[in-house]
Amino acid sequence: MDRRGFLKTSLVVGGSALTSNKARAQEQHDPGEFVGVLVDTTRCIGCRACEVACSEEHDMFVPDVVNDGALEENRKTSDKQWTVVNKFKTEKGDIFVKRQCMHCYQAACATACPTEAMKQMKGGPVIWRGNKCIGCRFCMVSCPFDIPKFEYGEWNPKLQKCTMCFERLEEGQKPACVEACPTDTLMFGSRLKNLEVARHRIYSHPDKYVHHIYGEHEVGGTGYIYLSAVPFEQIGFRTDLGKRPYPEYTKEFLYAVPMILFGVPAFLLGLNTLTDNNKPTTEDEFHSDVEGVDDEY
Amino acid sequence: MMNTSATPIRTFGEFFPFLIQELKPRGPWLTPFNIISIPVILTGLVILVYRFIHGLGSVTNLTQDMPWGLWMGFDVITGVALAGGAYVITFVVYVMKVEKYQSIVRATVLNGLLAYTFYGGALLIDLGRPWNAPNPYIGNSFGFSSVLFLICWHFLLYMVAEFIEFSPVIAQWLHLEKARKFLKSLTLVTVVLGITLSILHQSGLGALFLMAKPKIHPLWWSPFIPILFFVSSIYAGLAMIIVEGTISHKVFRKLIEPKSHHSFDEMIFGLAKGAAIVMFVYYFFKALLFIHDKQWAMIVDGWGYWYLLEVIGFVLVPALMFAFGFKHRSLNIIKIAAVMALLGIVLNRLNVSVISFNWYADVHYFPSWQEIVVTLMVIFAELWVFRWFVTRMPVLSSEPRH
Repeated sequence: MDRRGFLKTSLVVGGSALTSNKARAQEQHDPGEFVGVLVDTTRCIGCRACEVACSEEHDMFVPDVVNDGALEENRKTSDKQWTVVNKFKTEKGDIFVKRQCMHCYQAACATACPTEAMKQMKGGPVIWRGNKCIGCRFCMVSCPFDIPKFEYGEWNPKLQKCTMCFERLEEGQKPACVEACPTDTLMFGSRLKNLEVARHRIYSHPDKYVHHIYGEHEVGGTGYIYLSAVPFEQIGFRTDLGKRPYPEYTKEFLYAVPMILFGVPAFLLGLNTLTDNNKPTTEDEFHSDVEGVDDEY
Repeated sequence: MMNTSATPIRTFGEFFPFLIQELKPRGPWLTPFNIISIPVILTGLVILVYRFIHGLGSVTNLTQDMPWGLWMGFDVITGVALAGGAYVITFVVYVMKVEKYQSIVRATVLNGLLAYTFYGGALLIDLGRPWNAPNPYIGNSFGFSSVLFLICWHFLLYMVAEFIEFSPVIAQWLHLEKARKFLKSLTLVTVVLGITLSILHQSGLGALFLMAKPKIHPLWWSPFIPILFFVSSIYAGLAMIIVEGTISHKVFRKLIEPKSHHSFDEMIFGLAKGAAIVMFVYYFFKALLFIHDKQWAMIVDGWGYWYLLEVIGFVLVPALMFAFGFKHRSLNIIKIAAVMALLGIVLNRLNVSVISFNWYADVHYFPSWQEIVVTLMVIFAELWVFRWFVTRMPVLSSEPRH
């Protein structure tokens, strides 16, 4: 993202001569450097230990997983909880699905953010930085998974979303939810390794899984990837999001910006000179003419 | 001609008493406009105080699924489209040098300047953390890849350009003849800059919704939203000049020189012709996208009828009315067409940004009364300031009024 940002920097601000170098740098983009979590929904028992661990790690609302009956309703992540587990009744029985930020490799929210408050850190986690955020909520509009949540009840609202426990990763630890999971539903690691494990599981148990890894190609690839026993639309996933990374939807527009920024003034000034028919040609006369017009109204 | 009898202001000591004098209200207080607008503005201010203490959720119906509502959708996204008149008319007058429209330039530019000031202000109301609003302009947190970052900068630069375009009028009001001449000499450069910035941010407001593809009804989402927004802002500006000019000529009749009344009618015919052509182009583009994306199957439900109402009822019909009114020299038909065209713009911008956003949701967003009052407050406050400028400065005529 840094390189992409830089590429756009040079284009948006002035179409600088650096672009070709940066473009080359961008092509060398290697998805192997990213980390993520493999979520195998066939293993999840709906204990919601991940919800509790997440809330405790980040000093947020800790749900009463034994008594609150929250699995009976279809919940979304909220400004109080960064991750939730939902239960889906399917032909293969009850399936539990943990949801949180997907940590897209080319994150729409980070691209949308005018102040880089939403930022993709090295390795893939997308985090929110309060000292930068202006609260415009463009990240919410742009996120294909509706993940960033806004504190509508606060005078000083925060944007709440999963950070993949970025601070823990920096200390060499796993995300809190992964650590808390008692059934190995969650597996943290490099994205390439996670994909290999996911494929291995599908090939070893071809009848157990649908042959699709959600997040491998969706929106250009995500950090959290999912395995499922039933088609993903049955367990609450949108399957119409496409494979195109979302930042690319605004790329053409942003590339057109320097063209317009420099092309249009050239065109307008040229047009202005050419429309000088029937008008005095010398500088002085032209100015006096404009002044004369000015005085008429 | 300039009013040379008044003395120019030479020092700040002279400026402040003059300014205080000019800030004092004039004319009758209990006009219908004041009676309606003052309570609305006061209520709006109370709502804003409440909003900044208890959060956006306390006065708006915004939700996690509906992060942008009336304040973004109408005040900012629609308002800026309606303020497009300034760049269109300065293009015609200063770049193409069509002097016929000279007399409406000042009022239109003032309208544009105030519209951006107040809609920029409306954006601040909607921001969750407005005290960080300078961040896109300072420091090392430039979100260069963000369309909104681009718009933030263009709003600011465009307001500066508009201010410089308008500044000769202020200099004339202060009787600073030398300053006026200098500022006037900057006009062409700022006009060219202003048109360029307008093209970019009018289309940029559309580009805001490019990444919201899965959330906007496919009849309104298109990769060409930026171009659609730009083209429609041209006729929105022209229609706004017709409507706003017609109202100004009624309300501020005494401030306008008699000969301008006749030339204004001529201008309306010209503007109507221009609007008709641009609207046909826009309609053709819309139809092309519709056919190319094979959307016939989508027009059979409520969303389809709503789409047809917008595109036929409020684009094609007013376009035909503009053309008819121009051909048969009917001012009334043109004025009705202008109002319809503006309604069409409001409909289009709200459809993209609010109404068809999350169209599949069970519960749909409808603005709270507080959101509506604050929106009206923004409009009324702008009209108050516009009235102040028009009654103090030589906006509608060349004579300064003291």
